[in-house]
Parts: sequence; C-alpha cells; structure tokens
Amino acid sequence: MQFMLLFSRQGKLRLQKWYVPLSDKEKKKITRELVQTVLARKPKMCSFLEWRDLKIVYKRYASLYFCCAIEDQDNELITLEIIHRYVELLDKYFGSVCELDIIFNFEKAYFILDEFLLGGEVQETSKKNVLKAIEQADLLQEFQKVH
Amino acid sequence: MVVPSLKLQDLIEEIRGARTQAQEREVIQKECAHIRASFRDGDPMLRHRQLTKLLYVHMLGYPAHFGQMECLKLIASSRFTDKRVGYLGAMLLLDERHEAHLLITNSIKNDLSQGIQPVQGLALCTLSTMGSAEMCRDLATEVEKLLLQPSPYVRKKAILTAVHMIRKVPKLSNVFLPPCAKLLHERHHGILLGTITLIMELCERSPEALRHFRKVVPQLAQILRTLVTTGCSTEHSISGVSDPFLQVQILRLLRILGRNHEESSETMNDLLAQVATNTDTSRNVGNAVLFETVLTIMDIRSAAGLRVLAVNILGRFLHNSDRNIRYVALTSLLRLVQSDHSAVQRHRPTVVECLQETDASLSRRALELSLALVNGSNVRAMMQELQAFLESCPPDLRADCASGILLAAERFAPTKRWHIDTILHVLTTAGTHVRDDAVANLTQLIGGAQELHAYSVRRLYNALAQDISQQPLVQVAAWCIGEYGDLLLEGNFEEIEPLQVEEEEVLALLEKVLQSHMSLPATRGYALTALMKLSTRLRGDNNRIRQVVSIYGSCLDMELQQRAVEYDTLFRKYDHMRAAILEKMPLVEQGGPQVDEEAKESKEGAPAPTESQASQLLDLLDLLDGASGNAQHPPLLDPSPGGALVHLLDLPCAPPSPAPIPDLKVFEREGVQLNLSFIRPPENPALLLIIITATNSSESDVTHFICQAAVPKSLQLQLQAPSGNTVPARGGFPVTQLFRILNPNKAPLRLKLRLTYNHFGQSVQEIFEVNNLPVESWQ
Repeated sequence: MQFMLLFSRQGKLRLQKWYVPLSDKEKKKITRELVQTVLARKPKMCSFLEWRDLKIVYKRYASLYFCCAIEDQDNELITLEIIHRYVELLDKYFGSVCELDIIFNFEKAYFILDEFLLGGEVQETSKKNVLKAIEQADLLQEFQKVH
Repeated sequence: MVVPSLKLQDLIEEIRGARTQAQEREVIQKECAHIRASFRDGDPMLRHRQLTKLLYVHMLGYPAHFGQMECLKLIASSRFTDKRVGYLGAMLLLDERHEAHLLITNSIKNDLSQGIQPVQGLALCTLSTMGSAEMCRDLATEVEKLLLQPSPYVRKKAILTAVHMIRKVPKLSNVFLPPCAKLLHERHHGILLGTITLIMELCERSPEALRHFRKVVPQLAQILRTLVTTGCSTEHSISGVSDPFLQVQILRLLRILGRNHEESSETMNDLLAQVATNTDTSRNVGNAVLFETVLTIMDIRSAAGLRVLAVNILGRFLHNSDRNIRYVALTSLLRLVQSDHSAVQRHRPTVVECLQETDASLSRRALELSLALVNGSNVRAMMQELQAFLESCPPDLRADCASGILLAAERFAPTKRWHIDTILHVLTTAGTHVRDDAVANLTQLIGGAQELHAYSVRRLYNALAQDISQQPLVQVAAWCIGEYGDLLLEGNFEEIEPLQVEEEEVLALLEKVLQSHMSLPATRGYALTALMKLSTRLRGDNNRIRQVVSIYGSCLDMELQQRAVEYDTLFRKYDHMRAAILEKMPLVEQGGPQVDEEAKESKEGAPAPTESQASQLLDLLDLLDGASGNAQHPPLLDPSPGGALVHLLDLPCAPPSPAPIPDLKVFEREGVQLNLSFIRPPENPALLLIIITATNSSESDVTHFICQAAVPKSLQLQLQAPSGNTVPARGGFPVTQLFRILNPNKAPLRLKLRLTYNHFGQSVQEIFEVNNLPVESWQ
C-alpha cells in the first residue's frame, strides 16, 4: 500500500498515513485531487478506480471515506477486506465508532492502524492480538502517568 | 495576562465551532503561538499535549514544521506517552528530505535495544514508515537481531521493517535472506505473513534469491493446504475463510516462484485447483482469495485444464451481483484475451451483457473486451451488439466504440457491402466522434468496390437527405454523390426502396450542405467539388451549378474562394477540358490498414525469382522421376545429373540456403483451399516441417475435416494434431496442422494427401499426390 486517507463527505481530512516519501506539497496536491475524485463518484459505482499509475480502493462507512492507494500487482478485493478490518478494530476499540471519535481521538486512530499495518503491509491478522497490543500500550501510558 | 492554552479536546471544539475559514485561521494562529511558547519554555511534562494539538492542526493543512525538533525531544524522553506522540509526530512531520530525520537514528537504536516491547514496536513502526536509506543502513543490524527474539510481537514488526529496509537499500538483502528459512517454520500468523512478504521482496530483487526460495514451494503449499482444508482458529478467520490475508500472500509468493518455471508450477497445480474449488464464494473475502488464485494460475506454467478453470472462474465472476467483482473479472479477462483467446471467447455473451453496466468504468472494460473478442466467425453478431451499444452508450465511450467498430469492420468484414453498411451506420450514429481518417478510409473502400458504387451512393444520398449535421457522413456522402451521381439517377437497386431522385433534388441537397452553418469549411469544399463533378455526370444544363460556383467566387473562406474561381474558369475558358478533368477518380494508393495486404504481397513477390529457378530444377527432376514413378521405391539420384543440378544451383541469382521456400497451393474445391508452407530449420538439415492450412471462402462451413498423408518409405512422417476440425464459412479461422518429415538421406520428397470432410451437406473425400513440391523441401 502506498497511502491511506480518511476524509469526511465535506472533504475534510481525518487521517493520512503515507508509506512512500513525498514532500508536503505533493501530499497536499494528491490529497486534494483524490478527495475531489472520490467525492465525485456516484453511489452505484464500483469501489475501484484508476488514478495516475495507481489503483485506488475506497469505501464509505457512514460519513467517512476510507481510501487506499495500492500498486498494480496488489489485489483490490483483499484491500477492501483490509479496510473493513481496520473499521472493525476502530469499532471494537471505541465501542460503536463514529466520525467524532476519530476526530477527537485521532492519535488513537493512528496507533490502532500502526498495530494492524506496518510499512504498508498487513502485520497482524488476528483482531484479538491487535486490540491486545493497543490495550497494553494504553496501560503502559496510564501506568507511567501515575508514577 | 497569560491566557492558558487549550486542551486538545477544547481546541478541536473551538476549531469546529469556527464559522468561517478566517475565524478558524485565527483560532489556530493563536493556539500555535501558545504551542511555540510552550515548546520554548513550557513544562516538559506537557510537551506531548502541545505536539498532539500541533499534529491536529497539521492535518487541517496548517504549517507545523516548528514541531519537528520537539518530536526528537519527545522520542528521547523515557516516558512512554512522550515516545508515543513523538514517534507519531516524526512519522507525520519528518521525512527523508528533512535533515532532522537522521537525528532520530540514535533514539531508535536505543529504543530497539532496551527490550521494552511497546517501545520497540514504536521504533520499528517509525523506521518502516519514514526510514531513509541512511537510517536503514545504520540500523540494519539492530533489526536483524530482533528477528530472532522470542517475542512474536516484536519479531513480526522486525520482519516487515526488514522489508522496508530492502526496498530502500537492496544490498541489505544479504542480511535478511538467511533468517527466512527458519522463520517460515513459525506458527504465528503475523510472523508467517511478514516472512512471506519478505521472501517476495527478496525474490523480486534477485534471481539468485528466486532460485534459492523455489525449494520452499512444498512448504508454502503445505501451509496453504492446511489453511484451506482443515482451517484455523476463528481468531484468524473472516466469514469462514481461514486467514485470507495469509492465503492471498502465499498465493502471491507462489506466483512469483512458479513464473516461468515448469517444475515449480507443476507442484502447484493440484493445490491451486483445490483452493479454487474449496473456497467459499458467498462473500467478498472468499472471492478475494479466489481472485488471487486465478491470477496465480494465469501467471505460472499451469496445466491447460487449470487455465480454463481460471478463466471460467472469471466468467462466473461476471455474473456476480457485486459490481466490484465484475470489475476485477473484466480487467483480468482483458489481460488474458490475447494469450487465452478461445477460453475467454466462451464467455463472450456475458461480456456483451456487461456493456449495459451503469458504471462507466465497467462498461468501458466490457467494450474493450468485446472488441478484442471479435473474430471472423462472430463478427456479424458482435457488430450488431456493438452498434446497438453505440446508439445508447455514454458520450465518453462513443469515440472508442466508434473507432473500435470501424477497426473490427476493417479486419473482419465478411463482405464489402456489409463493411460499407457498417461504416455508414457508425457515421450516422456517432459521426462526430469518429477519427479523422474514417472519411478517407470510407471513400477508399467505396472507391475500390466498383460493384457497390450504385448501392453506396444511394444509401449515402438517403442518409444525407435526412441529416446534414454529421460532418464525416456529409463529407463522404458529398464525395460519393459527386463521383457517382450518374448512378444515383440511373442505377436501380432492388434492395433499397426505389427512390426517384431528380437532378434538381440532388443539386438542392448539395447546395443546402454548402450553405448550412453546420458545415465545416472542409465539408463545404467537398460539396462544392461534388457539384462541379456533377456538371459532367448529370444530363441537365449546368446553369444552376455555374451560378453556385460563381457565387462562391467571392466567398470569404480562402480555400473555397480559390476553388470556386478555378471551377468558374473551367466553365468559361477550359470547357473542352472539363470532362477529362472531372472524370471518375482512380483508386488512390493508401498506407495504414492496407499495409498488411501490401506486405504480404511483397513477401510473396520476393520468393518469385527463386520459384523460377526451382521450376527449372523440377523439370530436370521430372525427367528422372518419370523412370521410377512408384511411391514405394524412392528413386535414386544419378551422380551425373546430380552434377548438372549442381551447375544449375551455382547460378548467380540462386538464393542462399536459408531463403524461405515458397508456399504451395495443392488443392481447391468449391471455395475450400489447402496450402502447404515449408520450413527447413537450419540446425537440423534432415528435418522438414510442413504446415498445411485449410481455408474456406465458400458460404458453407467445412466440418469433420481430416487430413492424412503418406510419404516414401525412406522418409519418416509424423502428423501432429490439427488445430481443429471445422473451417467456418466466409473466411473463418483456418485449420492448420503440422507435419514433421525426417529425411536424413535427402531422398526426393513425394507426398500423397487424403482429405475427408463435410461440405454443403455432403461428405467429400479427395486423394491426390502433391505435384510441384519444391526441391528445397528435401535437398
């Protein structure tokens, strides 16, 4: 995976994870163009589109668009599963997640993603293990607060 | 007065509460000032909160570079909270371009070696997200150490970090290749998954690594087999499919290992068939695995039956109600249509149905695929579908559809009339979307089909009378009417409604085109010239034409004006030459699609000089052959005639030995023709390959076609299986068959053929000896 973007229906960015080195300016440009392209899609269209030399896989969950850019040899259908798994993880962590959770706890959203994907690849296929890791990290954080 | 800085939640609330962009900017600028101050001399314990706020603001698009050094400080702190935010900040604010990024290398090194798992996790994550080549080189050893640590949590991250490092510094492959074998024996899914990803990366960068890892194919197969058959814990399953992420990754690696490698591919055949048939396809996850299986089957050297299975799976995908699955199916079939044409052909009806998709990206693919599936035998049916599609398709597909139809028509038109009709239909339906050369192509086509001139001009006239807005159509019609106007009035054609066309009507129509604001200048030019030509084709007096011509002598358009003046002069001063100048045009030589025909002709032209040499030789051979005459006893060559032959062969224009042997037509009956092509591979002088090609230009299919052959006893003949037993009518795909003849003694070749087939409802049997076999086929 080259990058993942989460954005609202108004085009506001909620999360950006880049797995390729790009300048700030390039990232902004890509984000702007891609958000525009995806928001212009009609509801009955398929979840895949070709954009520049990448394949874009996107899916809308309530008011949030989850958008991944994958390479030519990557499997679009499994990318949909990756997106879905991430949403499930967020849901489990926040308890019935909604966009506001991700806005007010954006750093948590990143931490969860970083336990699921690493360097653009899936690192852990067990939901349980991912959630356990987050739990442990949160505990460590709490523990250090007290002391 | 010190205004206390906001907590993150409050800041976010305030930003969201801002009603205008300006207001938002104000809030953020104020807060950033606080953050800056806090970084300078605020409480270090709260630094992480300040950075978090800054990161939020950064996501909204505001500058945050002044936070970069803070990231470093936070990472270096011993508190986990600080590290968590610091590393996140590093991933978001730092990258290779910033010199600051190298400064975290030391912190990462420390954190990796301190053995606190969550901290090691953070460090590895950051390294694999934004680690530059330099950082990777510096930290490779640390990461290597972590590969063999007991904790799976750290190991799986270390493995994927290694993947990133190899991508940045390919040389590091040497470091990370050795541990792979051992890692592959792990049972932890995360470690397995990472290892497979690592192996994929190694193999794609180095052929030696690829060779090295081929030996793990059985092991990979075993892991996959276990996942598919006995399954695994529900912990890793999605909707009953065991760890689909792992399955997909294994399939990808198998693909890389089996590509271009017969042996590896063979060991995978069974497994792939098993996965393909056992996977539950009721939900996307199963289809994702199935899709990856198909991709692997098609990319390795799989058994033919398996390839057909894969294409059929894609065909089934086309019926799936999930539009995404139809999309990947169409995309994949498009990639396969050249290499596995007949397998994909079987799904042609479904593909054509997909033209009706509402999603343009699907219908576009369906269009491309449909065009690729057009061949000689289905061209009429396919063109009907495609023309129907052209009438209703979305505007952005029109141009591609039109040019696709025209191209296919050029390649496969069964008759010229059908071809003209097809082009005409395209021009009337989507005239504005056709390519510029469509006009030239059509005029060329019509010009060359003499028997269809009357038909063409009639149809074009009717079309023009209905609609003068589609420029390419108007141009062709104008040209045609100009050239064949006489046929328009006199020709009587039963198949079209008999239309009594008056001369005046024809002239009026052309004038209408000339005057219409819809006509482009080029179109006007066509119309004017056509009118001029009609002055010689029509019988009436030319007053009307002369009038028009003289009016346009003062037209503002330079080109038209010039033409009109010239034509006017033709009337006034050179009337005696007018008829000759305006005669029917000869057919113009044209490049482009005709090139194939010309190339073929020139190829067949070149061997012609050798043919005359060959025939001289054959004459001599015939004299000798006449003496024996029996196919059982191969005639022996006399040494002295051999000498005479050698002299003839020494002729200066004799071709060198590797020159192609000319083809030989050996049989023709009622449109069924048999051709022989000869190949003498230079590396094996005793071998002769003959390819027989059976073609059928008649109106009836040839079925149950069988060709048998016999050669003299001293030669060995081997017949390979023919490409088929049916030669479809009207120039459908020919049947070809390969004969291998071993002739070590260079005995003269004699060939007897026996053909049996069904044609026009009758069974045909023909037995004959092939005459005039070229000497080069056996000498």
